[in-house]
Amino acid sequence: MTGANRLTAVARETEWSAWMRAALSGDEAAYRALLEALAPALRSLARSGLARAGAGNADAEDVVQEILLAIHLKRRTWMSDQPFMPWLNAIARHKLIDALRKKGRRGEVPIDDLADVLPDTSEAPDASHAELTRLVGRLDGKSHAVVRAISLDGASVRETAVKLGMSEGAVRVALHRGLRKLATLTREAAA
Amino acid sequence: MRTNDLIGALAADVKPGLPPGRALAFAVAAGALAAAILFSLVLGPRPDIAHAVATIRFDFKFVLTLSLAASAALLALRLARPEAQAGKTILLIVPAMLAIAIVLELVNVPAQDWLARWIGHNSRACMINIPFLSLIPLFAILAAMRLGATTRPALSGAVAGLLAAGIGASFYAAHCPDDSPLFVATWYTIATSFVTGLGALLGSRFLRW
Repeated sequence: MTGANRLTAVARETEWSAWMRAALSGDEAAYRALLEALAPALRSLARSGLARAGAGNADAEDVVQEILLAIHLKRRTWMSDQPFMPWLNAIARHKLIDALRKKGRRGEVPIDDLADVLPDTSEAPDASHAELTRLVGRLDGKSHAVVRAISLDGASVRETAVKLGMSEGAVRVALHRGLRKLATLTREAAA
Repeated sequence: MRTNDLIGALAADVKPGLPPGRALAFAVAAGALAAAILFSLVLGPRPDIAHAVATIRFDFKFVLTLSLAASAALLALRLARPEAQAGKTILLIVPAMLAIAIVLELVNVPAQDWLARWIGHNSRACMINIPFLSLIPLFAILAAMRLGATTRPALSGAVAGLLAAGIGASFYAAHCPDDSPLFVATWYTIATSFVTGLGALLGSRFLRW
């Protein structure tokens, strides 16, 4: 690790753990900032991981999204008095290995440490990461409408509540259920 | 879906849910309550329990079963964290205690009584009732562990099984007329391994994420 990288690693640990701590106490803006900072790092990780496994990196963005979903649903398993980076690496590694397995690649593939990777801000065009969009289509009822409205159409919780004639609380419940179901569907697709 | 759209949806789902440790505590409490109800409805304490509690062999059964539950619970909490080392050595505590108790029993009991103490009165009831009392705790504990992020689903399921068996056996021990460590080491262990195996099986299926 070079001196500059070490500096990045320390800065990331400090900034990302502070954001996650705020997020766990309900700070939506901090949470969004964290996820937006994580995505480019996860993209580098996914691309290099897929490339090393000889799997090509056309689906890297799908992997990024699956890791983000796992980070989201498992964020309570991070103990806020513990370093954030080892937790983040463990989640990302677990989901990346899953994705490689899905492509029939087994065995040890060296996986980068997220503290060190250079952020990759070049998201590929939509068509190449259609996996989650396809799976949103498999959600049912309210979860489908809510997840669609909030993710694909970019509506807020309040707008979605008004549009669908639901309470904001019900929208949040349907959203959470939908996201959990999405994670299950990505795993079934992996099996 | 663009990654930014997904991030918008994740950020809107702002409530982080129950911490895995608290979920596990609830599951243990609910499971123990269910086992207590089944115990009092179906089995009940042995008739001479007032006398039995004054004997060291009877009391030691609870030391073992509760130690098993406690060590499994601590390991389950670690396994819920994806980055933590499992630390399986904690599971050696109960076998070590049991080994010492067996040696003491063999030293203190004449050899012609060993067989009777080992076979006991009711080994079949033990092997049926411990899994019976452990089943609801096992389901509750596995449900709580689904909130965790284990990277080792089968091991985590097995540990859930050990914890559930520790709870079930703690109740069954109050019913069981056999107190010799020779009996406990054999039949309680066989019963516990049923529950552990079932836990591993269910864990490898339901604790993936």
